[in-house]
Amino acid sequence: MTDLAMAATALGKRFGRRRGWALRDCAFRLPAGRVCAVVGPNGAGKSTLLSLAAGLLAPTEGTITVLGTDPASARARVGYVAQDKPLHPQLTIAETLRMGAHLNPGRWEATAAERIVAAGELDPRRRIRALSGGQRTRVALALALAKRPELLLLDEPMADLDPLARHELMGALMSQAAQHGTTIVMSSHVVAELEDSCDHLLLVGRGRIRLAGEIDDLLAAHTRVSTTTQAAERAGAAEAVAELPDLRAHTVVESRVTGRQLTALIRPAGRLADDWRTSAPSLEELILAYLRNPEAASLTPAAPEEALA
Amino acid sequence: MVEYRIDRHSGVATYVQIVQQTKQALRLGVLRPGDKLPTAREVVEATAINPNTVLKAYRELEREGLVEARRGLGTFVRRGLSTAPADSPLRTELDAWAVRARDTGLDREDVAALFTAVLEEHFAPPGGPPGTSPAAPAPRPPAHAEPAHPQGDPS
Repeated sequence: MTDLAMAATALGKRFGRRRGWALRDCAFRLPAGRVCAVVGPNGAGKSTLLSLAAGLLAPTEGTITVLGTDPASARARVGYVAQDKPLHPQLTIAETLRMGAHLNPGRWEATAAERIVAAGELDPRRRIRALSGGQRTRVALALALAKRPELLLLDEPMADLDPLARHELMGALMSQAAQHGTTIVMSSHVVAELEDSCDHLLLVGRGRIRLAGEIDDLLAAHTRVSTTTQAAERAGAAEAVAELPDLRAHTVVESRVTGRQLTALIRPAGRLADDWRTSAPSLEELILAYLRNPEAASLTPAAPEEALA
Repeated sequence: MVEYRIDRHSGVATYVQIVQQTKQALRLGVLRPGDKLPTAREVVEATAINPNTVLKAYRELEREGLVEARRGLGTFVRRGLSTAPADSPLRTELDAWAVRARDTGLDREDVAALFTAVLEEHFAPPGGPPGTSPAAPAPRPPAHAEPAHPQGDPS
C-alpha cells in the first residue's frame, strides 16, 4: 500500500516579509488510511500546515500533494474543520446540514450527520449562534463526516469538548476510519489526547517538522539510557555528554547529568555499551525531549538516519 | 461478545490489552469456539482507539491460532483456552487452598505474593515476545509484563 494521502517537499510558508517563516523545509509522507497526530506547541505552525493541505493557503516555496494531486483539485474529497469552527451563525442546525448536502452533491450522507447531532441531544431547530463552543464543534464535525471525505483535516478538534463528548466524537472518527479507510489528520498541543487514536505522528516545532513517521517506528528508533559510572563524572557539563566515547556513535536527543547519574534519550546507531541501563521512552517523553532540544537532529523521511561520519 | 476496556495508564500497550482480555474471555468461557469477535469498527467506536491497533491485536490472536478471520464475515474464535473451566478439579483444589490460606491468617496481598512466587517457579516469566506471556492471573501482580515495542509489525 503506497498510496499517499499527503506528501510535502521543501514546503515553506511566510506571512509577509517581516514576520518570517511560519513553516519551512517541511518534508513528510503520510500513507493513506492513517490517523495522524499533528503535535506541537502553540505557534509552531500546525494550523498553517493544515491550511496548506486544505488549499486555503498557497505555499511560499516547495510543494504539498494531497490525495495524489494539488490541494485545490482534491478539495471535493477532503474535509477540513478549522480551529474556530466557522459556521453561519444565523442558520439553524438543520439548515446548516441542508447546506452541507447542497454543497456536496453525490457524497453527502445525511444520516451520519443527523446521528452525530442527535448524540449531542441538539435540537436541529436551534441556531448556530445559540450553541456553545463544544456544540458548534459537534455540528462542524457532523458536516465534515457526512461529506465522507477520503482525507479529514481537523485543527484542534477536541479543544472545546467535555470529556464525554470528546470520547464519543473520537469514537465516531475512529469508526469512520475503520469503516471507510478515511485518512484523518488532527492537530493538538495535548499529546495524551491523541495518543491512543493515532498511529502516525508529525511533530512540528518552530516551523519545522521534528519527527515524522509511524508512532511505533519512532518509539522503536529511540532508547532511554542511563549509567552511573565515572563516565558521568567525566562528562561534567551536559554539553560534553554527547562527546562521550560511548555516546558519540549515537544521535543524542537529550541528556542530563545529575550527580553520578547520566541519563539520555538517544537514537541508537549500533550497539550500546554493556553497562548502560536502557528503557523504552513513552510518546510524551519522546515529544517533550525533541521540543526541549531544538538543536537535536530531526527524524523525518527527508532526513533518514544518516550514518554518522 | 466481549467488551474491551482500555486502561491508558496501565503501561501495557493497547493492543496487548486487547490480546490479554480476549484470552481472559477464552479462559473464562465468555468466548467459545465459533463466537465472533466484535468488528474493529465496533471496538473503536466504543473505545476511541485507533482501528489499526485492533487489527494488530486480532492478527496476533490469529498468529497464535486462537481466532481466524473470515473474509467479509468477521473474526471468529477457533479454539478456547478453557483448560480449567469453572467447575474443574483444579479450580476446586485452588479454592480449598485459598480457604486454608485465609484461615491461617494470610491476607489478600500475602496470598497474591505467594501465588505469584509459585507461578514464577513453574512457568516462564511474562515479557518475552508479545503473545507468549500468560494473561494476568486473577489476583493481579504488579504489571511487570512490559511489552517491548514490537519490532516486526507488518502494518
